[in-house]
Amino acid sequence: MRFMYIVSHPGPSTQPPPEMMEAMHKLSDREIKAGRMIDSGGLMPVETGARVRIADGKLSVIDGPFVEAKEVVGGYAIFELRDKDEALAMAKEFMQMHLDFMPGWEGTCELRSVRRRCAKCGRWP
Amino acid sequence: MRIAVRETTLRQMRPVAVTAADIDRTIVAVWRIEQPRLITSLARMLRDVPLAEELTQEALLAAIEHWPATGIPEKPGAWLMATAKRRALDHLRRHRMVARKHEMIARDLEQEQQAMPDLDAGLDDDIGDELLRLIFTACHPLLSREVRAALALRMICGLTTGEIARAFLQPEATIGQRIVRAKRTLSESGLAYETPRGEELSKRLASVLEVVYLIFNEGYTASRGEDWLRPQLCHEALRMGRVLTSIAPHEPEAHGLLALMELNASRAAARTDAAGEPILLLEQNRGLWDQLQIRRGMQALGRACELGGANGFYVLQAAIVACHAQAEIADDTDWQRISGLYERLTVVARSPVIELNRAVAVGMAEGPEAALAIVDRLTQNYHLLPSVRGDLLHKLGRYAEARAAFEAAAALAGNQRERDFLKRRAAEAAALSL
Repeated sequence: MRFMYIVSHPGPSTQPPPEMMEAMHKLSDREIKAGRMIDSGGLMPVETGARVRIADGKLSVIDGPFVEAKEVVGGYAIFELRDKDEALAMAKEFMQMHLDFMPGWEGTCELRSVRRRCAKCGRWP
Repeated sequence: MRIAVRETTLRQMRPVAVTAADIDRTIVAVWRIEQPRLITSLARMLRDVPLAEELTQEALLAAIEHWPATGIPEKPGAWLMATAKRRALDHLRRHRMVARKHEMIARDLEQEQQAMPDLDAGLDDDIGDELLRLIFTACHPLLSREVRAALALRMICGLTTGEIARAFLQPEATIGQRIVRAKRTLSESGLAYETPRGEELSKRLASVLEVVYLIFNEGYTASRGEDWLRPQLCHEALRMGRVLTSIAPHEPEAHGLLALMELNASRAAARTDAAGEPILLLEQNRGLWDQLQIRRGMQALGRACELGGANGFYVLQAAIVACHAQAEIADDTDWQRISGLYERLTVVARSPVIELNRAVAVGMAEGPEAALAIVDRLTQNYHLLPSVRGDLLHKLGRYAEARAAFEAAAALAGNQRERDFLKRRAAEAAALSL
């Protein structure tokens, strides 16, 4: 099963301490070598982005930063794992690292399984 | 604070009871993630891969026994590592190692543990070398291909004996016995702990790649039984392929095999229709091909060629599949290039299967007549041969002969779905021959 992890936190982003970067690097290195992590990326600050939104039947473009935003997405990763149990174990390990190396940091790691046609029967779930 | 505490709060928000089965599943999931690191660390201590595997299993049992009561530790990986290492130390002590060398190892390790009871220690280990040793031990050419596959799934992917048995449609006892016997063979031959290097590594790698590809194909083609695909085996083989490219990064064939598997797997969702019927490559909806996987496959293929492996057995096959992956529509397929690649492949490995595939490519590049000439030179009769013949005859308008070929193919096919498909094609040809 393919899972997408989206990490968000109340903005703005802060630079993680070197110990955190090192631990994160180690974990992702392990996961790439284990063939589980197949893609990932940290996101640049919201100032570099924009939102294209539809509301009241109208399309509008809002350049970052977004004043009204409560949460900022900081990064994503795509993993291939056997099941949701494995996916949860990964997310817990990842978040535990934040707890250890970034005291006071708060945020969410959301994991969602990517919708794919069943390889066995060809049906969409 | 333990994770279990937070799970309690979660439970309060969501009225779903966490059952014992849930906890077991969580434990197994954690264990599976940690297993290669556990086995490799223990193997280094014990100088014995099969024994390391056994003691790693004991650590899992200990977790299943303790965690439901204590809650899942904050760092479950570290807990498993500490427990497994303790088992290994016990073992070393119990066996009061005959050789002084071993006593020294035990003492060193004990001191190391007392000096820094650092539960994170495992995370810092560079396990590349040990993992290589683990894979090469599981896939030792002394063992038969089937045994190598079972051992690899067990020791590298953490599949249970039952799961392996189901995947290979074998009784659990049979697989269990095979694994036990294989481990004994390795221990008795003194092959329980060795790492091939240099030229020896390249030579031995072939036996590893063969096993990984066997597992992939077992999942991808499901030659027996009702299932067209057994996705789990593909998934495990892909994972092993990725592991191999990271621990043997200079071996072009490792990258070639990974490319071949990624590119083939990229079509998984497009290979069957909603009723589970197979869809042939050229008729597949290419929009369903997995672009992320194709990208990864192309990267691996590029790397293999950079390493000078363009004429390798797996690299050539990957290059062929890449021609399909890169064609946006079926009509864009570069059949000239594909038939050229098959030509090169027959130089590396002569086999009727490759020759048959070459015929298909030649048929697309030059027409069915040229292809039929190749096919008619082949004698070995397995279901794909009459199936391809039938297709070529059909294209040439020789419908009665096509029908006979499809019927012969259906009689030889081992998979019900494939059989049904071939019978349908026979019926189509029959209708046209009237």
